[in-house]
Amino acid sequence: MVTNITSFGRSGLSDWLMQRVSAVILALYTVFVVAYLLFNPNLDYYTWSGLFEQTWMRIFSLLAFVSIAAHAWIGLWTVTTDYLKSTRLRVGAQTLIILAIFVYLVWGIQILWGA
Amino acid sequence: MSNLQVSVYRYNPETDSAPYMQEFQVDTKGRDLMVLDVLHLMKEQDSGLAYRRSCREGVCGSDGMNMNGKNGLACITPLSDVVKNNKLTLRPLPGLPVIRDMVVDMGLFYKQYERIQPYLQNDTPAPAIERLQSPEERDKLDGLYECILCACCSTSCPSFWWNPDKFVGPAGLLQSYRFLADSRDTATRERLTSLEDPFSVFRCRGIMNCVAVCPKGLNPTRAIGKIREMLLADAT
Repeated sequence: MVTNITSFGRSGLSDWLMQRVSAVILALYTVFVVAYLLFNPNLDYYTWSGLFEQTWMRIFSLLAFVSIAAHAWIGLWTVTTDYLKSTRLRVGAQTLIILAIFVYLVWGIQILWGA
Repeated sequence: MSNLQVSVYRYNPETDSAPYMQEFQVDTKGRDLMVLDVLHLMKEQDSGLAYRRSCREGVCGSDGMNMNGKNGLACITPLSDVVKNNKLTLRPLPGLPVIRDMVVDMGLFYKQYERIQPYLQNDTPAPAIERLQSPEERDKLDGLYECILCACCSTSCPSFWWNPDKFVGPAGLLQSYRFLADSRDTATRERLTSLEDPFSVFRCRGIMNCVAVCPKGLNPTRAIGKIREMLLADAT
């Protein structure tokens, strides 16, 4: 058993499962958005904002935001533990990554639900 | 005319400040020798060349090395399998500290092997004669018990290169599954608990270098997948 405190779920098994589930959600979201753009070639602001006013779309988007946050945390945490051997550098990078993910997540929620 | 060009990694920490490659011309007399035979011929030219060997028939696992970029056992690798343009480059197994020339320190590799407790654990009273297995239960160990711990797989794995102190590595995990799959072992839960962190098993990214190099044709990636399935079944 190897201890770790900065990984997403503190467990390899839960991180592994979360990475796969979030990947499926992100794939579905991407396919949906790309298909929506393809089927609405003359998209205007009202149609686009109308889509994001639907409750189901907001839930779907929030789910995708949370998924990308978890996915990025798990993936980038793995990259830092592989390649950054200096503890100071690694912990610094991990802190920056987690803070950035937090900021983007809150920002995304504000765009989605605010105003 | 049948001289083979061989480039060998040399390093003697007592006299050399840095490793270097030494060139040899080896007369194979046109025969398709094993790489280990070529090493013997080179040792006749330079008796200081150090490498490990023992059984010379792919059973002991001593002469694992990197031949033209691919790990394998020198004793069962014919020149025709690895030589390109009459050139052969020999290096020690990648990622482990070099003691001298082709001889590496296998300490980390063995430490990971030790960590998975490679022995049967059973807390039920011992029967009068022996613990029996059905033929089906015994079949589950095929493809697992044959590992000779030559370290060709683990030292071809980037995840093991980056974290040899934390990631068990393909060889250790194949053996771990060998005991997880054994009907006579009762320590399954304890074994799984010790593996569920983000490094021990989950640092495997499934690139299958281990499968590509195993001289015994084993499949550590499949065993790692089975361990993940067991972990998932146990924890959800």
